Amino acid sequence: MNQRSRLNLLVIQIFIASLMLALLGRLFYLQVAAGPTYRDAALSIQSRDVVTPANRGFIVDSSGVPLALNKVGLAITVDRTKIDALPDKGDAVLRALVKLLDLKFVDVWQRTRLCGELPRGQKAGCWTGSRFQPIPITKSADPEIALRIVERSDRYPGISATPIAIRNYPNTVGVNGGHVLGYVGPLTEGDLAGDNGRSYFRSESIGKAGLEIEYDEYLRGTPGIKTFIVDRKEAVTNTSQNTKPIAGNHLVTSLDVRLQSATEKALGEAVLRARASGYQADGGAAVVMDVHNGQILAMASYPTFDPNAYERGLTVAEASALYSEAKGVPALNRSLQALYAPASTFKAVSLIAAKDAGYDLNKRYECPSEVQVGTRAFQNFDSKAQGTIGLKTAIAVSCDTIWYRIAFDEWLRDGGLKPKSSPNDYFFKAAERFQMGEKTGVDLPSESQGRLANREWRKEWHEQNKDFYCNYKDRASKAQQTTFLLQLARENCLDGDKVRAGDAVNFSIGQGDSVITPIKLTQMYAAIANGGTLWQPTVAKAIVSTEGKVIKSFEGKKLGDIGVDKQTLKFLQGSLHEVTLSGTSAGLFSRFAVPTAGKTGTAQVFGKNLNGSLKSDTSWYASYAPYKNPQYAVVMMVSQGGFGASTSGAGVKKIYEALFGVQGNIVKPELALFPKGKPPVKLPKISPVTKPSASTLNPEGAVKK
Amino acid sequence: MSTFRNRNPYRRARSTSVFSGFDPILTGAVAVLLVIGTLLVYAATRDWYARNGLDPQYYLKRHVINIVIGIALAWGTTIIDYRLLRAYTPFIWLAGVAGLIFVLIPGLGSEVNGARAWIPLPGGFQIQPAEIAKISIIIGISMLLSERTHDSDEPSKNDILKALAVAALPILLILRQPDMGTVFIISASVVTILAVSGAPTRWVVGLILLALIGGFVAVKAGVISDYQVKRLQSFVDPTADSQGAGYQLRQARITVGSGGLIGTGLFNGPQTNGRFVPEQQTDFIFTVAGEELGFVGSGIIILLLLTILMRAFGIARRSTDPYGTLVCTGVIAWFAFQIFENVGMTLGLMPMTGVPLPFLSYGGSSMFANLIGFGLLQNVHASHRS
Repeated sequence: MNQRSRLNLLVIQIFIASLMLALLGRLFYLQVAAGPTYRDAALSIQSRDVVTPANRGFIVDSSGVPLALNKVGLAITVDRTKIDALPDKGDAVLRALVKLLDLKFVDVWQRTRLCGELPRGQKAGCWTGSRFQPIPITKSADPEIALRIVERSDRYPGISATPIAIRNYPNTVGVNGGHVLGYVGPLTEGDLAGDNGRSYFRSESIGKAGLEIEYDEYLRGTPGIKTFIVDRKEAVTNTSQNTKPIAGNHLVTSLDVRLQSATEKALGEAVLRARASGYQADGGAAVVMDVHNGQILAMASYPTFDPNAYERGLTVAEASALYSEAKGVPALNRSLQALYAPASTFKAVSLIAAKDAGYDLNKRYECPSEVQVGTRAFQNFDSKAQGTIGLKTAIAVSCDTIWYRIAFDEWLRDGGLKPKSSPNDYFFKAAERFQMGEKTGVDLPSESQGRLANREWRKEWHEQNKDFYCNYKDRASKAQQTTFLLQLARENCLDGDKVRAGDAVNFSIGQGDSVITPIKLTQMYAAIANGGTLWQPTVAKAIVSTEGKVIKSFEGKKLGDIGVDKQTLKFLQGSLHEVTLSGTSAGLFSRFAVPTAGKTGTAQVFGKNLNGSLKSDTSWYASYAPYKNPQYAVVMMVSQGGFGASTSGAGVKKIYEALFGVQGNIVKPELALFPKGKPPVKLPKISPVTKPSASTLNPEGAVKK
Repeated sequence: MSTFRNRNPYRRARSTSVFSGFDPILTGAVAVLLVIGTLLVYAATRDWYARNGLDPQYYLKRHVINIVIGIALAWGTTIIDYRLLRAYTPFIWLAGVAGLIFVLIPGLGSEVNGARAWIPLPGGFQIQPAEIAKISIIIGISMLLSERTHDSDEPSKNDILKALAVAALPILLILRQPDMGTVFIISASVVTILAVSGAPTRWVVGLILLALIGGFVAVKAGVISDYQVKRLQSFVDPTADSQGAGYQLRQARITVGSGGLIGTGLFNGPQTNGRFVPEQQTDFIFTVAGEELGFVGSGIIILLLLTILMRAFGIARRSTDPYGTLVCTGVIAWFAFQIFENVGMTLGLMPMTGVPLPFLSYGGSSMFANLIGFGLLQNVHASHRS
């Protein structure tokens, strides 16, 4: 060998040695440095979890009557591993099954496909679980048909019938409760990805709305898991873990099934009554709260939906109706998601503002037919002059002009359009005492936040919208270019960041930009009733294990105090009582067997309906009872329901009748829902067969059995 | 070395045995690898075959038969006079070329994974002529480049061109199959032999450049088939072909990675037993080692392979005859690049090609060729001291 050969041989030797060392280095990286990552990846390739869902805990009312429990259904299931092994992949079997069950083949085919098998965009209705889990085609099969399938297993390979737990919302005493209870459904990809910080298994059901989602972590229990090790053909080679499911805990609520039913009924009737009077009445809400602790005793929203429909399997039509505006968006829980101007119910706040501003509550003020505010005249309700009256009467007859004048004077005193550096803002501050622009924090999902249109809000709003209003001619559609709207736009552009005289005046009677949810108004009236405490509304009372052990109790939480002196509060309470005696709701309540306090509200709404008609007024009735020893705050709202008293006031009266056992104009204590007039404090025993106590049934007879 | 023999009176007696002249470390490393390979092949196939109602020892038995035949071939290669080997070289070369032409004839060669590389034999056996071609090319060009017709220490231009022609024909035929892995290994071996033969550096550099340009043009001009482009793409971007090559490479990497430091233990790898990596008893045998033996076990395999290569370098260097040196160099390059290609592919360092791992993978032709290659090393080792 020559020198070059020797040198080249050495170079090659070094090169080859380094190639081998490179392999060694790479091996070290893969197996040692990145080993754990690859081990996880390998596990997901090799293992298949089969999940046995835990029995979901019940949701019961305050006396233990189940509002949500589990029913044994008969599921017809398809075993994919078996039908896939058939020569035609189970096509014939499925077709025979479809005939037997009277279903559509496409639906069944889709329901038995794993989501991963289907192309993007065509996954609707697919099976989110694994291939190893029997896939239910129906959960409520006819036992006779099920028997036929089981007996002829040769004709239906891979098909079986098994009892299965399905979520059931019994319509005890006609209760619906869909909005507050919610419903359960299959997991979404988002749930699986841990969007809400919890981890789930693919085939689990999960609370999707209302209490079911709010307390899902307690209700769902722990599913049992069996892990199979599989090979490339998905044949099972081993079992690596096997745990039994642990049943979920029960949720005791403060709801009362009879009151809930009565409330739903009263609300439904109020809506229909409004419609009969020619109003649109597109929806409504009603809330009953214990004024002493914020516990929600009933909560209804109209229109509603059937919570059982989800377990039956929603049809496409049913699913789209839930969010259809033409159908009134039944999915919306108007009690805590709908925002409306509180109208005259707000005058309770204005009274406190007037007191704060130094007005003598015992003096008499003039209630003219209109008040000149700057260049505009603001009319009294129905443009009626009431003469010179006391503030109690002003509340009772719902005089607007007194509040206009006070609000306007205070606005001028605060500097008008050139506000002082630290304006008094008595009206805004009175609303802030009630935390009006904040959520109540009720233990239900998706509560809307009200809006307190104070100075800060106006500045913010103007910042966000001035561009639009200052270029209104270019930005707005042709239909929006009316003389009135153009002028409004110009005003909004110029001084939309300021509280104008009109804003201040409107605010004092609960009109304008400030809006509120029914539950917030209930909380405010409860505070007036209980001496000033703002309670955080709660539906849950306790979490109780299947053995009856209390896992967690939910104590009422004080969010604050409205900080109004006793005298003023007493005056306000008296004024609200006066409403029922000689005021706007006297026709309903003056001779009612239980003295109550309340306030009507009839809020003007700007805008048009889908059919082009102008929107009707929002009907409000906010109240509490008994007047002397308040226990309950009841608020009803009917959107586009017309007058406060005739629509909502009458509805609230129905609720009180049920609560107190009023028949005719007499209280029949044996008919009252709660003995001694107080909701139960003790936690009930939980059993799926608990029935509402018959002796205290609503005389109207919600229960026929 | 003769002085060494004189100092050891027992050496002569031993050298008369059938294993006379075997390098003990080289032989030991190969023997250990053969045992490990046998276990890995068994581990790769036992569970799957049993589960699917087939003979769980099917591959084990055949692998052992292959090794026995291979050892016989190695022994034959070792004891044969290498001068005689030179005489047979043209015939071996011709046989290789004939086989390569044979597989390309439609209906005669069998196609596996997109390459027409096998001649089917009765009894389910197959022969891969490219493996024979490897050996014939290495011996052939070593012969041409070591025979000096003039008094010079470097091969003449004429010799070099002849050697390249000898290599080019089989390479072109293998390209037609197409089997890019083997083409790469043979080409790398040819360049390595040329570099050690004393050929002028411009030839070596020129050939490397030519190979690079050739490869580039082949990809661009579409000479390389679709599946190869896909394999290359999935090497650059593993998600490009997630069902095919990308899937295999990902599975291979996961399987090796999941083995961790000490592995799951032989026969206990869930990835292996689930057969998530295709071809795991042949081209992807290293995944079995990775999963079941872990970094410790598979690291030892690489070190054993490195030992074989380093011992072979010693043999090449000690050979008194340029021909012996070049044959050794060729075998080294062949083994080294095939190891690097195979393990590199498994670990995601090299694109996917269908080359087996020397001494470990299941496969008769490859096992025979590897053991003949080993025999050649031993032959040179034995002959330089006789």
